[in-house]
Amino acid sequence: MSTAIADVHEAPAESGVNYLNATYGVKSWLLTLDHKRIALLYLGTITLTFVVGGLAAVLMRLNLLEPQGALVEPDTYNKLFSIHGIIMVFFFLVPSIPATLGNFLIPLMIGARDVAFPKLNLMSWYVFVTGAACVMYAVMTGGVDTGWTFYTPYSSSYAHTQVIAAALGIFIAGFSSILTGLNFLVTIHKMRAPGMTWFRLPLFIWAMYATSLIFVLGTPVIAVTILLLGAERLLHVGIFDPAIGGDPLLFQHLFWFYSHPAVYIMILPGMGVISELITAFSRKKIFGYSFVAFSSLGIAIISFVVWGHHMFVTGQSLYAGLVFSVLSFVVAIPSAVKVFNWTATLYKGSISYEAPMLYALGFIGLFTMGGLTGLFLASLATDVHLNGTYFIVAHFHYIMVGGAVMAYLGGIHYWWPKITGRLYPDLWARFAALIIFIGFNLTFFPQFMLGYLGMPRRYGIYPAEFQVLNVMSSAGASILAVGYVIPLIYFYWSWNYGPPAGPNPWGATGLEWTTASPPPTENFEHIPIVTEDAYNYPTADVASE
Amino acid sequence: MMGLIQLGWSGMAVLAAMIPMQPPAASTIAGEVDQLYYLLTGITLFFTVLIFSIIFYFMVKYRRRSPDEKPPEVHSSLVLELAWTIIPSLICVVIFVWSSSLYIRNSKPPATSTEIFVIGKQWMWHLQHTEGPREINELHVPVGVPVKLTMTSQDVIHGFYIPSFRIKKDVLPGRYTSIWFEATEEGTYHLFCTEFCGTNHTEMIGWVYVMSPTDYSAWLAGSERSEPMAQQGERIFNHYTCGYCHVADGTGRGPSLVGIFGKPEKLSTGEMKMVDEGLIRQALLQPNSVPVAGFAPIMPTFQGQFTEEQILQLIAYVKSLGLQERANK
Repeated sequence: MSTAIADVHEAPAESGVNYLNATYGVKSWLLTLDHKRIALLYLGTITLTFVVGGLAAVLMRLNLLEPQGALVEPDTYNKLFSIHGIIMVFFFLVPSIPATLGNFLIPLMIGARDVAFPKLNLMSWYVFVTGAACVMYAVMTGGVDTGWTFYTPYSSSYAHTQVIAAALGIFIAGFSSILTGLNFLVTIHKMRAPGMTWFRLPLFIWAMYATSLIFVLGTPVIAVTILLLGAERLLHVGIFDPAIGGDPLLFQHLFWFYSHPAVYIMILPGMGVISELITAFSRKKIFGYSFVAFSSLGIAIISFVVWGHHMFVTGQSLYAGLVFSVLSFVVAIPSAVKVFNWTATLYKGSISYEAPMLYALGFIGLFTMGGLTGLFLASLATDVHLNGTYFIVAHFHYIMVGGAVMAYLGGIHYWWPKITGRLYPDLWARFAALIIFIGFNLTFFPQFMLGYLGMPRRYGIYPAEFQVLNVMSSAGASILAVGYVIPLIYFYWSWNYGPPAGPNPWGATGLEWTTASPPPTENFEHIPIVTEDAYNYPTADVASE
Repeated sequence: MMGLIQLGWSGMAVLAAMIPMQPPAASTIAGEVDQLYYLLTGITLFFTVLIFSIIFYFMVKYRRRSPDEKPPEVHSSLVLELAWTIIPSLICVVIFVWSSSLYIRNSKPPATSTEIFVIGKQWMWHLQHTEGPREINELHVPVGVPVKLTMTSQDVIHGFYIPSFRIKKDVLPGRYTSIWFEATEEGTYHLFCTEFCGTNHTEMIGWVYVMSPTDYSAWLAGSERSEPMAQQGERIFNHYTCGYCHVADGTGRGPSLVGIFGKPEKLSTGEMKMVDEGLIRQALLQPNSVPVAGFAPIMPTFQGQFTEEQILQLIAYVKSLGLQERANK
């Protein structure tokens, strides 16, 4: 914080013109081709979807205060968890870091003036909003009750809810992912500044590259799967429903062939953010740069061959189970390598604890727990007991909320001064990070216990012996909700009244910190020439001391 | 003040006592699964505490002491990278071998298992014992006897889960899945559906009653009178005059069904197929998809003519034909 204040005095006002004030009016935003403005369009959109998905979660946790269901009818509860899952997965987590921070930072970090295809970039936002509108239509015209997994034949032949509208929304939003991934791949390949070699790239770029690969290779599979689902539901073509000649498990194979890699779409960008935060706030080079970089690619590749671990109890063959089990252990290793490297980066660092760093440290701890509890589910004998219970719910929330959302918030806090040119009250931000950490653990740790005890997921009504743990979880959720509201307030304040941040409030390396905050529309006055590795923080020269 | 602290402690003790920690372990495999679970919990705790402690230690030891502090250069170490790649890999190998051997060992039901058939439908469990009695959302079983469940669904995918036995398997429409258990403790245990199946998914629950063998015999005898499943199957078999073609001595227009269950059968395509529940079902509903070598494909389809329950009864009858043959030898 002290450096931040120092910089405020050094660089009180930039030349004045930046991407935010270069043009005015609604039209200048809705037709913008500037990657930074498009990032903000995404930021606004996914903040809204997060609120909708979060409200559904609040209602669920309220209902679960009592074993008989405190609030809603079973059908309503089923719609709540379905909409929570659909919105949070496809309309928050998948686009979260790539579409906001990725869009904003990739050109800045590699020293480019924009992404490779600015019009495609804007189009992908419109595609995304169209998809989100379809899902909101489904919610408002009765909702959907299939869960985010849309398992057939329930979704294709039995559900009486708005399955098609919701699935169509996901289908459309998928094209936004594909276009964004394509854009990023080309941008990273072709638009790097002179001297910005592959191994001088910030690790965030490596993570975005790996994520983009999954976007481009994985998303078409979910699109095809949804088309087949539509063909069966609307045209009664027997594909998944055995009653009309289909295969009841085919859908799950196709669905998880996309949706397991999609888990890494959600977490890989978070890992990239953490590499940036840990180095910036310990003023250190990342420990084991190439190991962290290649572990991202390793995860992206292996993630395509582990889908069967979602299907250990479906009656798939014993040998398939064994193969998927061993591959699932293999994909855990690169994640462990990252955790160790981040931790080692702190060694002999100069560590400070501004809010983004608290999120980063919280991420490491919670991601470690989320990852280790994944071993219970990769292991066949224990998965049989835990599959389909609250243990699964707890495990993936440790990865998705404890991991991905913590990283997202950490990233937003870290780059907020760059995005807006303004500072936020760091004390409030640290307080919110603490509240979120506590609320998160109180919400989801009891769910591990519930799962081991045998409480199935997707139950709005449950046996009375599970009540104490459910009440603890609901109490935690209310704390977590407060933790999410506080940043909304101080970010609103900061946007309007925050003190100027200066170009580099954290004293961080990286090209994005060499330009003004907020950056000019063309990002850099002159395209920078890169002569050094990433995270080249000044070190104490032993000889000169 | 002391009183307040005491009150606080006793309050926490009461709360802790209210939190259940351990589900009942009431089957032969439950203890083994729990041991693996404890090992994994231990590993999780060890690494979580390790990472948290190192982070806290570094946070304090290497906190920034002045705004322009410059840390010394630390070089990456190949030895460390290899160590923290290889050690977790070895731990994973141990878990994989332990877990998979346990899973493989328990994947096949003992030959002596009694068989119970399960049909899932929105939103209840139908169960039928081979001896005849039917149950809904209740399952009575004897302690100390291996029980094999053969399961199918009449509509969507369900999941059959008895937490206290540590067993679970999805129940699929159009095919059979099976699990087995041997209960070790008399008592009453939860039965849950774990695959979301619609409006009343939450109500698709029931109870498993584990009884002493004598109580179980009494329960079987006392439950409403019903013929064994094989006999029910035989009546269907006769009603549809299946025996007109499937003559027992093999001279009919269709293959004899005596003793075929559990053995490979040669198809006219030359392929060998094991005769199991799924194949009998397929032969009944789509006979031309599994034409038996040496016979003309003239069997009509019975698609849509039998309930899932009747198909299971026919399967029980075909199985019993094999058993009779073995008994006669």
